[in-house]
Amino acid sequence: MSAVEAPAAAGTPVAAPSKAPRRRERRSRSALILGGFTWLVILYTLVPIIVMIIFSFNQTPNGRVTFHWYGATTQWYVHIFEISDLTTALVHSIEVACASTLISILIGVPMAMALARHRFLGRAAVESVVFVDIAAPSVVVGASLLALFLTLNVTRGLATIMIAHVAFNVAFVVVVVRARIAGLDRSIERAAADLGASPWVTFQKVLLPLMLPGIVAAALLCFAMSIDDFIITQFVAGQTLTFPLWVYGAVKVGIPPQVFVMGTMIFLFGAVLAIGNVFFQRRSEKAAAPIQVAEPQPITTVL
Amino acid sequence: MTWKQRLAPYALGFPTAFWLTLFFAVPLISVLSVALMTGNPEKGFTLTWHFSIFWDSLKQYHTQFLRSFYYGALSTLIALVIAYPMAYFIAFHGGRNKSTYLLIILLPFFVSYVIRAFSWQFILSNDGIFLTFLRNIGLVSKNFTILHTPFAVIAALTYDAIPYMVLPLFVALEKIDRRVITAAGDLYANPVMTFVRIVLPLTSAGIFAGFLLVFVTNVGDYVAAGILGGPGTTMIGNVIQNSYLQDQTYPLASALSSILMIVLLVIIWLYARVFGTEAVEEAVA
Repeated sequence: MSAVEAPAAAGTPVAAPSKAPRRRERRSRSALILGGFTWLVILYTLVPIIVMIIFSFNQTPNGRVTFHWYGATTQWYVHIFEISDLTTALVHSIEVACASTLISILIGVPMAMALARHRFLGRAAVESVVFVDIAAPSVVVGASLLALFLTLNVTRGLATIMIAHVAFNVAFVVVVVRARIAGLDRSIERAAADLGASPWVTFQKVLLPLMLPGIVAAALLCFAMSIDDFIITQFVAGQTLTFPLWVYGAVKVGIPPQVFVMGTMIFLFGAVLAIGNVFFQRRSEKAAAPIQVAEPQPITTVL
Repeated sequence: MTWKQRLAPYALGFPTAFWLTLFFAVPLISVLSVALMTGNPEKGFTLTWHFSIFWDSLKQYHTQFLRSFYYGALSTLIALVIAYPMAYFIAFHGGRNKSTYLLIILLPFFVSYVIRAFSWQFILSNDGIFLTFLRNIGLVSKNFTILHTPFAVIAALTYDAIPYMVLPLFVALEKIDRRVITAAGDLYANPVMTFVRIVLPLTSAGIFAGFLLVFVTNVGDYVAAGILGGPGTTMIGNVIQNSYLQDQTYPLASALSSILMIVLLVIIWLYARVFGTEAVEEAVA
């Protein structure tokens, strides 16, 4: 036996030095190509945003964004709220985003808890409706809600927009928060109960703090989706305009630079929040490392 | 279990169940009923049960239907080919910066889709920076245009799809046990073989999840065609939007919307039956 094994064992160290570096070299070269490609595509996805930011500083004479560069100015930032109906539209967007995020969290988190921790009748039905809600195309969701509002003769406006936004946001809350709860160790809650904590106290002092990163991530996702939504909103808005609706309406006649200014501000606000969330999660994950189950939750950390 | 514990999940789940029933499930049915009505916005609509509207509307707009599915499939496929290497790089070579990479890839979502589409229109227009440059170096002739062509619409759809595609692929690639790849190498599989026979099959769930999410979204999209397209690129979403919101021909719009809904729901249902819902939900979470 040992006679057979010996040459093989002797052979490996000889072969290894000649083979390993070449393989590593090839790997690093492919990593370089992949990395270069990745950064190129990232750059490409950022092109329209960079254009938006640059041209928000363009000193256009006629109050419409143009490709001709007239020199840099911050006047559009100073006069950001000059166009009153655009400002109103932006305020509508922010109002709807805040309200729909709040409601989605309030009703979605309990459902996530029910799905993660309980068996109940109709569970499978809830799961499939949530899944279809996430996968369904906006135009169908929007058209269907409009059909309902038309049938019931509901006046369309901010309230119907908010109802629609909750209808698509809540599914994301359920999925994101449930993933968070599923990654938690159940014995912590049991321990709290064993130590005499009532269900409410267990929820408040144990489950809620542990769920919080998931809830924050879900809230950010809701806010971002709500403020960006165009298709569903257009169907249920009636005469009311939100920021994306106003912009879409203005595309044919030309867009005032204020749109780019507001877009830039929203972008910076969202980016800062998301970066802050990644930073905060990294820190809290380090602190809470011993409690958490090592369940990878990559996207939650990002949004 | 006490009755309180038994009732707990129902109490917890009720608000969401109520909301989704009333404002998601019921509307899907009410759109069918509106399709079967006759009338006009002034006099009101009454249910007349003329099922022929489905067939008639399909006959009238089959070009737009087919075009939507063609644009949707093509843009999804291109996005997949672009997104896969990115997800691969982040999962296998991202190191400590994985979440930073994902964050950067998601950055476009912080700018409204409408503004990004408009920004592309701005860039690709005839006197925009891109075509001016190409004309100056003599690469294209004077009357070469990009806007209003299928290329512009498909490119915009692809552009918007890339981040949605990277996420499920990344999640799938992250899950692969690295030892499996080392083992393939040890068994003398070359990198191409390892990729085709090991990595690709192991990420099929992510591929199909990304395909579902992006395809369904893009088939129903009308922003890209509305902002970057022309008369020859009208998609079914544009027709539905127009007949609901401009022409107010509600039964026709509802019929078209119902057909689109049924086709896409069948695709979603088939997907869920074959692959389960995990891959999509993990990508979202």
